[in-house]
Amino acid sequence: MDKVYIISVFAENKPGRLERITKVLAEANINILAFSITSTNGFGVIKFMVNKCQEAYKLLKEKGFTVSLNEAIGIEMKDQPGGLYEVVKILSSKGINIESASVYVAETRKKAYLIVEVEDTTKAMESLKEENLKFLKPEEIL
Amino acid sequence: MSFWNKEIETLERKKLRELQFERLKKTLKRVYQNVPHYKAKFNQAKIKPSDIKNLEDIYKLPFTTKEDLYVDYPFGLLTVSIDKLIRLHTSSGTTGKPKAIFFSKRDINNSAELIARCLVMTGAKRGEILQNSMTYGLFTGAFVMHYGAEKVGILVIPAGPGNTERQINLMKDFGTNMLHITPSYALYLASVIYDKGFDPKRDFKLKRAYIGAEPYSEETRIKIENMLGIDIYNCYGLTEMNGPGVGFECPYKSGLHIWEDNFLMEIINPETGEPVPEGEIGELVLTTLNREAMPLIRYRTRDLTRVIPEPCSCGRTHRRITRILGRSDDMFIVKGVNIFPQQIEQILMGIKGVAQNYQIVLESYDEMTIKVEIDRELFDGKIERLIKLKEEIIDKIRSATMVKPKVELLEPGTLPVSEGKAKRVIDNRTI
Repeated sequence: MDKVYIISVFAENKPGRLERITKVLAEANINILAFSITSTNGFGVIKFMVNKCQEAYKLLKEKGFTVSLNEAIGIEMKDQPGGLYEVVKILSSKGINIESASVYVAETRKKAYLIVEVEDTTKAMESLKEENLKFLKPEEIL
Repeated sequence: MSFWNKEIETLERKKLRELQFERLKKTLKRVYQNVPHYKAKFNQAKIKPSDIKNLEDIYKLPFTTKEDLYVDYPFGLLTVSIDKLIRLHTSSGTTGKPKAIFFSKRDINNSAELIARCLVMTGAKRGEILQNSMTYGLFTGAFVMHYGAEKVGILVIPAGPGNTERQINLMKDFGTNMLHITPSYALYLASVIYDKGFDPKRDFKLKRAYIGAEPYSEETRIKIENMLGIDIYNCYGLTEMNGPGVGFECPYKSGLHIWEDNFLMEIINPETGEPVPEGEIGELVLTTLNREAMPLIRYRTRDLTRVIPEPCSCGRTHRRITRILGRSDDMFIVKGVNIFPQQIEQILMGIKGVAQNYQIVLESYDEMTIKVEIDRELFDGKIERLIKLKEEIIDKIRSATMVKPKVELLEPGTLPVSEGKAKRVIDNRTI
């Protein structure tokens, strides 16, 4: 079982912020595979899963963004009704609370992954080991 | 704990206050008799020195401001004739003429005496070496320290500032134990020491540094202490009151002892001139109690601080003030409450997750917005953490000022970079 990584960027709620971040990634030829935005009154956190996460993290940091690299778990879902339900049912039965989530649809809808950040990644993965789940491997992130 | 003058430094508070009152009476009598400007001011306030029956009566006397120093300039506030003067120091006024302060022989000796107390208080002693890297000149800093150190029997190297290579050579060749230096130059000197490949603990005999003359934060103190492996002591002074040595830290480094046998201190509300309750922030007002040539009565320093009323573990009975929190001119009013940017700054700097830079924006008389840059290094990708941070800032500022602020968290680098006097308060209000 492998961990995957999510890049989180702090952003004020102002026009042009997402544009500035994605421009950096585009110019470095980094592919965004999944992303989510959480925002509250005045500011937010933008999360990306990308194909070259260490490189993207370094690059954004150099460019002056407030960025962190967070561990996450990628769990394969069936791309059909009930696919998400099956996965989150298992997570909740193990008492794993999802702190943030996004979806990665791979190979043009052949596979989909639920990407979740949880409080303790290692512990969560340990408790999911026996379950009949397929996890996303870093080398599958292209 | 070592003392230069243990008797006076540990004098029982009651006796200290008696001494203060006795010296105050003498001072008032002298200025009333010899200084026409003071006499006119007292007369205008319908008060005579004999009306002052105890220390609390000082509130009846008019303040002296820096504008008073320009009346009958430059010799107008002297209580002695010019042939009694042996030194002039000036302090750069922000506009026009400098403030001129004169010292008699007795005053020079006395200012050295106070520095001797300060130095010995920090553990300095005969046989040690002080490198004085402040500017020798019109500015009081270097000279007053120089004379005080000599009085203790310390070997003084009058290095003056600058020429960093030479500073380092002096430190190395002569085994300097103490530096008297500005914070910005200390930081620079420390960085050059590292760049040249020296290990301060191995290559130097440095033990302490006395740092003042510019505002700097506790973080900067700790940084320099760690870089050089030494103790740093804050000192406070102003040319109008001898220069350095008015207030100085003891080894407990929790506030600066004011030599109360020489200075009568008050903390006032800069708006109303009324005393603030003990322990609250306000403007420091000082009256010289032991100065011959040019006594100053209720001099408004414009420096903000607060008294630490609790006795100090070092055994000295002279009360402490906190490091200077800023200038009283910076005060602003929201919802009828007096607020100092420094109050806000102190709170922000004590919160983990907040970077150095902030700004207070005032758009109306009942609301303040505080813009805070978050600390890049402490960002962990969790929005919950940021929401909590924002709530913590709001709560702490509300409980300290009674005003609930609006808080905006900003990306680092968004606000204008602070270079010494950063513009912290943006007041867009119109009356």
